[in-house]
Amino acid sequence: MSPAEDRAIKTSARNGWLLSTPALAVLIFAASGPLLIVLVYSFLTPGQHGNVVWDFSTDGWVGILWSQDIFTGEWALADAHLAIFWRSLWLSLMTTAFTFLVGFPTAWFIATRPPKERALWLFLITIPFWTNLLIRTYAINEVLRKEGLMNTVLLGLGITDTPVEVLYTQTAIFIGMTYVYLPLMVLPLFAAIDRFDMKLLEAGYDLYASRMQVLRRIILPIVKPGIIAGSILVFVPSLGAYVTPRVLGGGKQMMIGNFIELQFLQGKNWPLGAALSMLLLIIVMAALLVYVRYANKGSSHG
Amino acid sequence: MADRGFQVARLPGFATIAIIVFVALYLPIFTLVAYSFNASTSLAIWGGFSLDWYAKAWDNQQVKDATVRSLIIASFAAVISTTVATMAALGTTRRRAFKGQTLIYVMINQPLMVPEIVTAVALMIVFGLVKVWLTSVGMGGLTTGLGYLILAHSAFCIPFAYLPIRARLEGMDLTLETAAADLYATPWQTFRRVTLPLLAPGMIAGAMLAFVISLDDVVITEFVKSGGQDTLPTYMLGQMRRQLTPEINAVSTMLLGLTVVLLTAFFLLTRKKT
Amino acid sequence: MKRLLSATALLMATTGLASAEGVLQLYNWGNYTSPELLAKFEAETGIKVTVTDYDSNDVALAKIEAGGAGFDLVVPSANYVTIFADKGLTVPLDLARLPSHANIAPEWKDVAWDPGRTNSIPWQWGTVGIAVDTAVYSGDINTSAVWLEVPDELKGKINVVPEMTDIVSLATLYYGGEPCSEDLEVLKKVRDGLLAAKPNWIAMDYGATEKMSNKDWAASVNWNGSTMRIRENLPTVVYGYPKEGYTLWMDSVMLLKDAQNVDEAYAFMDFILKPENAALISNFAKYANGVAGSEPFMDPAMATAPEVVIPEEHKANGVFLPVCSEKSREYMTAIWTELQK
Repeated sequence: MSPAEDRAIKTSARNGWLLSTPALAVLIFAASGPLLIVLVYSFLTPGQHGNVVWDFSTDGWVGILWSQDIFTGEWALADAHLAIFWRSLWLSLMTTAFTFLVGFPTAWFIATRPPKERALWLFLITIPFWTNLLIRTYAINEVLRKEGLMNTVLLGLGITDTPVEVLYTQTAIFIGMTYVYLPLMVLPLFAAIDRFDMKLLEAGYDLYASRMQVLRRIILPIVKPGIIAGSILVFVPSLGAYVTPRVLGGGKQMMIGNFIELQFLQGKNWPLGAALSMLLLIIVMAALLVYVRYANKGSSHG
Repeated sequence: MADRGFQVARLPGFATIAIIVFVALYLPIFTLVAYSFNASTSLAIWGGFSLDWYAKAWDNQQVKDATVRSLIIASFAAVISTTVATMAALGTTRRRAFKGQTLIYVMINQPLMVPEIVTAVALMIVFGLVKVWLTSVGMGGLTTGLGYLILAHSAFCIPFAYLPIRARLEGMDLTLETAAADLYATPWQTFRRVTLPLLAPGMIAGAMLAFVISLDDVVITEFVKSGGQDTLPTYMLGQMRRQLTPEINAVSTMLLGLTVVLLTAFFLLTRKKT
Repeated sequence: MKRLLSATALLMATTGLASAEGVLQLYNWGNYTSPELLAKFEAETGIKVTVTDYDSNDVALAKIEAGGAGFDLVVPSANYVTIFADKGLTVPLDLARLPSHANIAPEWKDVAWDPGRTNSIPWQWGTVGIAVDTAVYSGDINTSAVWLEVPDELKGKINVVPEMTDIVSLATLYYGGEPCSEDLEVLKKVRDGLLAAKPNWIAMDYGATEKMSNKDWAASVNWNGSTMRIRENLPTVVYGYPKEGYTLWMDSVMLLKDAQNVDEAYAFMDFILKPENAALISNFAKYANGVAGSEPFMDPAMATAPEVVIPEEHKANGVFLPVCSEKSREYMTAIWTELQK
């Protein structure tokens, strides 16, 4: 490479950095930087009535799994904490699984419409996606209430005699999250199926494969990147869900997001809240790493 | 060997499930919209058609304030995030990959990956520290104001503005810019009169996306806002825990209407012209 | 670090909206401020009041302690008045600027948590008891057993309002202790009792006024005024006064240290110390107020309501929550945190 070329490359890199600086500045102030401060806070001591005292302590992290009995002073495994983690994990996994089960047929349906219709169907699935989370959660709240749509239908059809009280239970949160995050599963699945070559199906049927076999052995493996992407897109937000459990859970069914908030309010334990936030972040990053790993593996086949 | 009766792409039951899904997706929203026209106070029993709740919402000072505030924040955030995202997109595409480019890419997309509650809590802590410091040096007047919310919103809107702009940039035809250079245009002229106009639809799309995202935000705003700084979503969140009247339905419907209008425009703008 | 902060500050300055003339930021309990009152205040003084809601004393304390919240006035409950004052979050009132201060009713003028009323002025006072829809449960409702040893008809239908000091105190009274107890024996029973009862509660949330009116909940540990409003919507609802002991509370208005609209704050405080305006506050939320001479202006239904006028047979069982010691507050918080998980 000639010196002139060398210089050109260096200038290009420098320009790249310069142009990116304003965006990076905003992000450091209001996105990445604050995360570092949260990490620092997780190693401090809780103040008497909230906030922190600048003394180093690992109690924030220890407090995630263990708590001190207020009367005996002994440290024991915090069952209540574990219950919340388990609930969050369980609900997120269930939501991911269920959205996949109903989302895949939906994505397939949209992808197999004639091209002119396809844009309309895509538009239809996008609107709920962009609708305010609060509006959608409220809409489901209305449906699930004792005098809501669901019970009106169930009672009207004679399926039950008394109203089914679903609100304020884990089921309500599950239904709510499925409803809210479904479009997030459908869109990546659609993108993957869209790129799928239908001729492969023909080949499969030519070889006397049944529909089930075609589905299992041709379609699913090829759209796997879409499945992984959709699963991540649903799992991550559901794990950190805050609004949906708060509105549909009635304060008793806390998920990690609500538990974190509690530490900054009545819990008066900011370091624990910070540590929990970091934990949530780590789990999410791990999930994303899994995705990147799979995505790369997929593309290497070509 | 095409058997006309056998549709290759058809999988049994899928269409049924898909249709059920679409109905299930829209039914709650339709119910919500329908009940906003409910004459009775109850949220369950239909009492006749009425526009009363819209009138009430329109009269409600808190709703008006919250709406104005939401629109102001969204506008500022959209402009700021689109501007910096455009610059970043220009800086990270169509050039030889440089050291640290992945880092930039990760940082730009970071708001998409971090759970909102974590960002919200982080911002609450950091802004709190800033405000306390400001008060201690006598600049207490700077602790209020929408600046904090605008900054927070701009940050998480950046990836939403960045992605469409970058997509547009990568799909752009380089030959036009090369032609301009051939005609002795300076890089700045080329940028201003060729690149920018070509990029414009992508920028507008990015700005609109950023606007909608900012308009919809609940969690981060809820934690960062200070006294009397409710946006429309946080106002609704507060109401949902107390005053359950169809007024919320009316407010929701209006917000929904605005989102649909913006989305339709976005779709029309980004439709590939075949 | 400093330069970073000042750069941030500069950004805030350029985009912050200047605070307009004649505004007041009131931080108050949700559903607790009469719109009529605010309209009248604005008509008389031109000052526009913006109300921000909170659901619990703890939330208010946390938000204000975090700093930079931007409020001028806050309305905490009695025991929290002391906490706010002790932590220097509020300032003593300049009584010279409150000519109507003399209107405070004699029984509320010299209280244990604010002698001489130099830190706060009364907003409303009331009790915490149990609101029950007697159509669902017709047994004895004047006992805390309704929510601590939930009867079958109410299992999964009763809400417990997540107000720490009230709930822990009610439970302490039920298990034979005194509020602010430091007796570990009693506290252990309280903790165990609460945890055992929790699975039978449908929720630990606010909004009983709506949710019981809607029949989403059949019962709730609740404030008296809210219960009166529920009864107006659903006549079968009755307010129970636990015989083991129920709590009396008073909410008072305090001036925050970093208030930006001090003049407007004093104007408002003086305004609500006038009997006719105090009555407006009471008529909205259905609680009694602490201003002498406001009875003629109050809603006549309140004069006979069993929620507002404590029936003779229950009067002795009311306990005004005292200011608890540091240690007992620690115990309460610890029990409460465990309960909330």
